[in-house]
Amino acid sequence: MTPHANTHPGAIGRWRTLPSAGRRAAVSLIVMLLAWELIAHSPRLFGFEVPYLGVLPAPSAVIGEWVMLLGDAHYWGSWYLSFTRVFAGFISALLLGVPLGLWFAISPTMRNLFFPVFEMLRPVPPIAWVPAAIIFWPTQELSIISVIFLGAFYTITLNTYNGGRRVDLAIIQSARSMGASRSNIFRRIVLPGTLPSIVAGAAIGMGITWEVVVAAELISGGNGGGGGGLGLFMWDAYLAGNHEQILVGMLSIGLAGYFSSGLLRRFGGLLTPWLSRN
Amino acid sequence: MKRAAPTSIGHLKIEDAVKVYRSRNVETLAVDHCSLDIQPGEICMIVGPSGCGKTTLLNAVAGFHGLTSGRITLDGELLCGPGKPMAEPGPDRVVVFQNGALFPWMTVLDNVTFGPLSQKTMTTSEAREKARELLADAGLAGMEHRYPEQLSSGVRRRVEIARAMMNDPAVLLLDEPYRALDSLTRAMMHEALLEMHARRPVTILFITHDLEEAVFLGHRIVVMSARPCRPTLQMEIDIPHPRDYSITTSDAYRGYVESALDAVHLEAQKSFAANEAEARP
Amino acid sequence: MGDVMQNHPAATAARKSRTLRAQAAAGARIAQLLLGFACAFLFWYLTVDVWQLPRFANLPGPSEVFSEWFSPDPIYGLSFYTPDYYWHILHSLARVGVAFVLATLLGVPLGLLMGWSQRVREYVFPLFELLRPIPPLAWVPLAILMFHGTETPVIFLTFLAAFFATALNSMLGARSIDPSLIRAARCLGAGEWRLFSRIVVPGALPQVFSGLQISLGVAWFSLVAAEMVSGEYGLGYLINTGYSMATYPTIFIGMITLGVVGYLTSVVIRLIEHALLRWGNDEQGGRS
Repeated sequence: MTPHANTHPGAIGRWRTLPSAGRRAAVSLIVMLLAWELIAHSPRLFGFEVPYLGVLPAPSAVIGEWVMLLGDAHYWGSWYLSFTRVFAGFISALLLGVPLGLWFAISPTMRNLFFPVFEMLRPVPPIAWVPAAIIFWPTQELSIISVIFLGAFYTITLNTYNGGRRVDLAIIQSARSMGASRSNIFRRIVLPGTLPSIVAGAAIGMGITWEVVVAAELISGGNGGGGGGLGLFMWDAYLAGNHEQILVGMLSIGLAGYFSSGLLRRFGGLLTPWLSRN
Repeated sequence: MKRAAPTSIGHLKIEDAVKVYRSRNVETLAVDHCSLDIQPGEICMIVGPSGCGKTTLLNAVAGFHGLTSGRITLDGELLCGPGKPMAEPGPDRVVVFQNGALFPWMTVLDNVTFGPLSQKTMTTSEAREKARELLADAGLAGMEHRYPEQLSSGVRRRVEIARAMMNDPAVLLLDEPYRALDSLTRAMMHEALLEMHARRPVTILFITHDLEEAVFLGHRIVVMSARPCRPTLQMEIDIPHPRDYSITTSDAYRGYVESALDAVHLEAQKSFAANEAEARP
Repeated sequence: MGDVMQNHPAATAARKSRTLRAQAAAGARIAQLLLGFACAFLFWYLTVDVWQLPRFANLPGPSEVFSEWFSPDPIYGLSFYTPDYYWHILHSLARVGVAFVLATLLGVPLGLLMGWSQRVREYVFPLFELLRPIPPLAWVPLAILMFHGTETPVIFLTFLAAFFATALNSMLGARSIDPSLIRAARCLGAGEWRLFSRIVVPGALPQVFSGLQISLGVAWFSLVAAEMVSGEYGLGYLINTGYSMATYPTIFIGMITLGVVGYLTSVVIRLIEHALLRWGNDEQGGRS
């Protein structure tokens, strides 16, 4: 039972005591970045271009371009536009999807009548609604937001519905036996019981909204429309042949999606303090 | 009913076993200088409150994790000890798990023949023949082609014991195998296990927190203390095998249960207090 | 024992009345289902064709869409009777098929390996997590630059979306296996390969399949978007040109067809799943 002789906490020592996960993650990231850098410089270093991956700009160039763009108002304007669209579409999906999901969960009539309709519409990818949305809504902005709404709406409704149906019957019965009224049961039992599923659905829905916003912005760009946003930022970079900016756009969208989902989970965690987290 | 000759294999010896769990900066002593000497063919019942570290001891024998110090030998051969941090899991020490571990995607027959076919000690047809025999002995004939999902929980446990016995193990390690069963089914399981043991007297290390189960099945019961796990009371159960449920009304049986009860109750209280102290920030 | 009970006359009678009640309930459910669809169509019909509400009036109504769809001589050139219609479906199906099969062949083994081996997971998973937040569609410009022609970029984007979902769920599936099963197999003397092929693979299969369902959904999602941006033929292309050529009923024909075809492909996966997983209940839950 003698503890390890752990006497030299130097740099190497500390590296060794890192959990293997952290060490290996660092190794594979560094290897990837080096390989990518080499591939990008391959025509100069080795005299040939690597097929397919050769068009990628070097990571150093991408970072340089990104640093330059940090002071660029147009770049941040794209962030702002995409964010407002995602936010508007997402909030409306939450406001409509959660009540609808709960309604499906607690009313058998509602469920039998309209759940099949809902299920039939679901396999149509949200992006396929873009043209119909453009025809229907008076402005391009509204049509993009409505498609984003659809992207998150199905997931949020479905998750809320599933969560609502999974609320333990024994808990409802025990509340009833303690004399809770119907509205009491709904507010104090069904709603909090469904909350974890709502949060999970919202997080997945948030991921989808970022996919949809990019696609919608690209399609409106591809169809010659303007409208801005990170998707169009990338498309413009593509048209201008600025490969570094394409990568910056991709990474920015990834970051934006990652942070909004993370933020949502954090917020959801605050709403459901009874769930244990590890 | 054919009766196998008493075997001399299956002598399990645990000497001075210590297990310390380290997580970050906290060290938890799970098993504290625990020694046990289990004779070939003995049914040794380990009794203790839930979460006291009984399973840790069993897992060390099975080879799922190592010991901090101490040694375990089986028939004189070192399983785990100085120079050998962890035993290798193997078919000489088969475990039957708390919640059952039949492979859901295999039929009963495929489950039972899994062992010998993995070790390549038998051909498929040999294994099938032996499996059918074992299943028939256990009263499970006709179940060969069912999936575990289609069996009652009692039948599943019996299949699992049969799967273990297919390997002719030296030791059977049972980790509260009947915990989730209702008391009637459990009583049937107990008799079936003893019947099996009479046919083939394998050494059994059986973990439970049910005293009556321990007294009914065991040649010997070992009461463990709570956290760290250490034997506090050892008791030979001097009721002749094979036993059946008529003994549960005998004075001798009740006497054993009562004297073990006091020891266990004390440990349960300590363990409960320890859990409470831990839960408080 | 149970069989004896079930053949008792009283039990038979009870069972009969139970089936009758179940049939009645099923009948009521079907009636409500039809009523629900009728309501949805009525809403479409009334808002567009009858009342011609503002904004709704721009959309084609159900009568226009369906008469076009079933017309041997369609006004806008596309219906059940024109070969073009099937050509578009076939193109989309072939692209999804190729991308999905590729994603499955690469994603399932990689995912299972990541779930099974801690070493592989610790090396590969960080890269995976780094790339995954980037939506597949953000790869559009890069895909066009990297792959020449129009076909490969579209298939690449579809593949990418499906690949991440498949690999992630396969990994989760391999990690969700009850550790007792793995320990039991080790006790019984199974070597690494047998452990992997007989325990890890079948144990992960339910979740692998729920991953495949998700993967198929995102594959269609990406395919449609990619076809709308670039591509000739395909349902996404059909919908997009329907907009740019102002042949509005074609848009709706394309959308409905997409929904039906997408649904049918997921049914095919479910059938394969049922054939492979006869042993257990299909408890599902996946992440995209």
